[in-house]
This record gives sequence, C-alpha cells and structure tokens, in this order.
Amino acid sequence: MLVTFSDVLTDGANGAALAFRAAVEDLDLKGVSETSTSLTSAFVTFDPLVLEREALRRTLSELVEDRDWLTAKLPGNRVRWIIPSLFGGDVTGPQLEEAARLADVSAEDAILELCAKPLRVMTLGFAPGQPYLGSLPENWAIPRQTGLTKRVPVGAITVAIRQIVLFSTSTPTGWRQVGICGFKAFRREAEQPFALRPGDEIQFQPVLEQEYDDIQARDQSGDGGATHEILE
Amino acid sequence: MTLQDLGRPGYMGEGLSVGGAADRTAFLEGVALLGQSVECAAIEMAAFGGDFTASTDIRIALTGAPMVAACDGEILTWNASHILQAGQRLSIGAATAGVYGYLHVGGGLVTDAFLNSRSTHLTAGIGALIETGEKYSIGEDPNRREANKLISSAPRFEGGTVRILPSVQTRLFSTDVLERFQKTVFSRSPRANRQGLELLFEGDPFSTKDQLTILSEPMIAGDIQMTGEGKPFVLLPECQTTGGYPRIGTVLPADLPIVAQAGAGQRLQFQFIDYDSALRTYRTKDRHLSELASSICPLLRDPHDMRDLLAYQLVGGVVDAFDVPD
Repeated sequence: MLVTFSDVLTDGANGAALAFRAAVEDLDLKGVSETSTSLTSAFVTFDPLVLEREALRRTLSELVEDRDWLTAKLPGNRVRWIIPSLFGGDVTGPQLEEAARLADVSAEDAILELCAKPLRVMTLGFAPGQPYLGSLPENWAIPRQTGLTKRVPVGAITVAIRQIVLFSTSTPTGWRQVGICGFKAFRREAEQPFALRPGDEIQFQPVLEQEYDDIQARDQSGDGGATHEILE
Repeated sequence: MTLQDLGRPGYMGEGLSVGGAADRTAFLEGVALLGQSVECAAIEMAAFGGDFTASTDIRIALTGAPMVAACDGEILTWNASHILQAGQRLSIGAATAGVYGYLHVGGGLVTDAFLNSRSTHLTAGIGALIETGEKYSIGEDPNRREANKLISSAPRFEGGTVRILPSVQTRLFSTDVLERFQKTVFSRSPRANRQGLELLFEGDPFSTKDQLTILSEPMIAGDIQMTGEGKPFVLLPECQTTGGYPRIGTVLPADLPIVAQAGAGQRLQFQFIDYDSALRTYRTKDRHLSELASSICPLLRDPHDMRDLLAYQLVGGVVDAFDVPD
C-alpha cells in the first residue's frame, strides 16, 4: 500500500514520507512485512491473509490524519557525512562543464553550489544503497540527458532535476557525471552493507587531484576519507 | 546460468530488490521434490542447460522450463527427482518450451550467503554467471535415498492470459486505453532478462496524460510499466526498486511464472480481476509448498532402466559445471 504526500518533490514531502514510515514501523503491525520510502511516498508491504487490506487502509488513513507530516520531525540518529570529492576531469567529472552550462553558472560556481550545504538522502534506490540527494537550488532543475552514458564508475557524482545521485554500482545512466568520490554506498563484504539510510545527510567537499589520490590510496574502509557526525 | 533461491526480501528501502528464482513455482517444485528447505540454492538455467558431473552420488531434481536431460545418455524425466552417481555426466540441453529451467541438488549448492540468500543478483553486483569449469560444494542431504519422484507441474510455458490487479497509476489511464490493453494480444520481445521483459504489439501506444512527469515510486516484480514510448514492460524479480514510468497494472504473483516463462514471440494477454478473486489465488510460501508436495507421486520406470538405488556413498561433495553455454 502506497501513501503519497505530494506529486512533486519538496523537502517537506520527502520528510513527511520518512517520518511516516518511521511511525508505521513503530506501530509494529502484525502482517506488515516491510516498509520503505521513495522520494515523497511511504510503501507498506503486507500479507493480505494476516492483515486485511481494508484494515490496513483504515490504520494508515488514521495515521495520516494524526499530525502534520509535512512539518514532522525526521527519524532520529541520522548521520551527516562530509565526503572529499574531486570535480571535473576527463574521467572523474567529464560532464561538469556541460551540466554547469545547463545550470547557467561557471564550472567553478557549479562546484561551489553543489558543495554549499549538506544534502539530504531523500531515498535509496535504483541500485543497492544508492542515494538520491537533494534538493539543489532551482537552477539545477536540469533534465537528464536523452542518451545514456555507457557506464559511470562506483562513486560517480551525477546531477539532474535538482538532485545528486552518488552511484553505488557501475552502470549506464542518463544523469550527468560532474565528479567522483571514494565513498561506497554499497559494501558487499561489510557487516552493514548499506552505508546510508534515508534522512542521512551528505556534504561534498571539493579537494584537488593530488589530495584526492592520497586519500583514496590510504582508505581501506570504503568511506573514501569521509568523516561523519550524528545529527540531533 | 546463475545460482538462485527465493532471494532477499526486506531491503526495498535500501534499494535492493528481492531477486531470486525468476519462476518461484519451479523453485518450490524442486524443494518439494527433494523434500528439503527453501534455503537450498539451485541452478537457474536461462533457455540452455549445460553438462554437469558430481564427485559423489547426489540427488537432483529438474523443474521449470522443460529441457532435454540425459544421464550418461539415458534420458531423464523432467519435473522429477533422480540419483546422479559419482562420475556420471548429466547433460541438459535447450529448453523445449519456456525459458527458465532449474537443476536442484539434494542439500543445495553452498556458497557464502549474503543477507541470508545465495541468489545471484546481477544488476546489484551480487554473485556472477556460472562459468564453465566452476565447482560448487553441496550441503548435507538428509534424505539422500528419496529420489525417482514425479511432480505434476502446472502448465505455464506457452504464454496465455494472465490476471492483473490495478496498480498505483492505473487511474491515470483512460477507460478506453484500459479496455484496449486487455483486448490486445502481446508478443514477448527478444528483449528480456531477469529484470523484466518487453512486450510487442500492433496499434497505438498505451499512453497516459502524465506519462513523463510522474515521480519515481516503489515498484515490484509483476508491475507492468509503460515506457515513454507507451510500450509495456513487465518487471521480474531483479527489477529496480523504484521507477518513474506509469504502471498500468500488476500481474498476480500466482500468474507471474507464466510471464517469466514466456519465450520470445510467445503471446500474452492481460485481464483485470477484482481484489477478492485475486486474494483467492494468493498463497503463502508454506501453503504453496504443501500443495506442491501433495502433487508428487512415484516416478514409474521400466525396470531395465532402473539404477541400483542403494549404490550411494557419501554426503557432501562437489558438483562440476562444465561446457556451460553463455
């Protein structure tokens, strides 16, 4: 069952979805097997033989009416990551200039804007652990490319539609790659394979190539030199 | 050819779809034939089999899309369990109908489980295709004499009409489009894999008024996505967890194996049914398994062909996969 808070992406609607999912989890309903969120919706998977569909619809409707979800507090224990990142370059950020042009800024200003503030992990999706980060300023409402980039590497920082996607796997994509970082959002061998949760924050920190290479050479953890703090 | 079980439910919120056997019914048939746990991983063969040997006597079961199988030249019955003796060569050829065939082994194939599953999930980068020459350990088989059984398998390898329920965006499609969708005979395009399959048809595209502006929403196997060109695409277990194309409906889990097993060019049609009727087709995994177990009977063979069933030896051992086509 899907509970949608908005047909357009806003930080408030995204926060509502995150807070609502947490509240559904807290209800601990018998028959609910899984909950998840997309950008502005909470999704509840249930066993229809244990929990009748109409009963779940009633429970979720009452919960929707229970408070103002658009201003609800986000789930606790969120983490803010600061990730050293390299922008531009033929391999590491081949479409920085093109994306900056579409956003109507210089490449230098583009980097400043993308790194200006922490961005929220609005949802994980497409590939395991892969974050959709937002929201960027309005000039970043740029479309995806019509064609596909054949393959972006793990750690690719890509932009479109006021969001950044930090790729967790190497795949073809319509998003434009502007930079790269060593942060692995999906860690197959780690005890906790998903490094991020929806509601966490990421702030990219631009570094020069030499510094970036030094950091990556030292890193064994998959954090790619990132530091983190717990929010609230 | 990949290793599969029932996949990894519970990680949609982390961006990882369930994955697992493309034809869950076929996987459960093998589990029922061998009387073992659903945790025992099997080999899923897409359209073609391969040649296999075992270093010890093992039990096998063959389910899903029927393929020509032989043990040292002796034809083996499909949808049945058999003993494969140490050193014998099991040869499995191309599917004669359907797409996904399964080779189950008593005790299951053992690899390092990830999130409680051994399923290969290629799009997530978990596991890999099985290559020629690879060796797998097998788990302990507690019922190693229990073979030569036959399961009566529901026909699902020729396409046909599948039942669907409305999905989140069904209401974005006009009544006319929904009617036309149910009347159209689709043919499965050659573009298909464990993520999903494309359907071909003649006539106008199936579009909505908001085709390109909807936000990405969660999606699951069985959802029928309408691409930007108004072409339907049915999602299978390895699909992405969210998608931005409108979905016209969702195939019932009970009928999804028909879609997964439709070969290129086979015909599929869709029919909306009401929720209560859909609910009557729904089974939990345990109930499904017990129904399958009750449809098992002894495999009757000509006594000349019977092998010495007492000639088993060890538990554990190694299965070799070789001569595996891509």
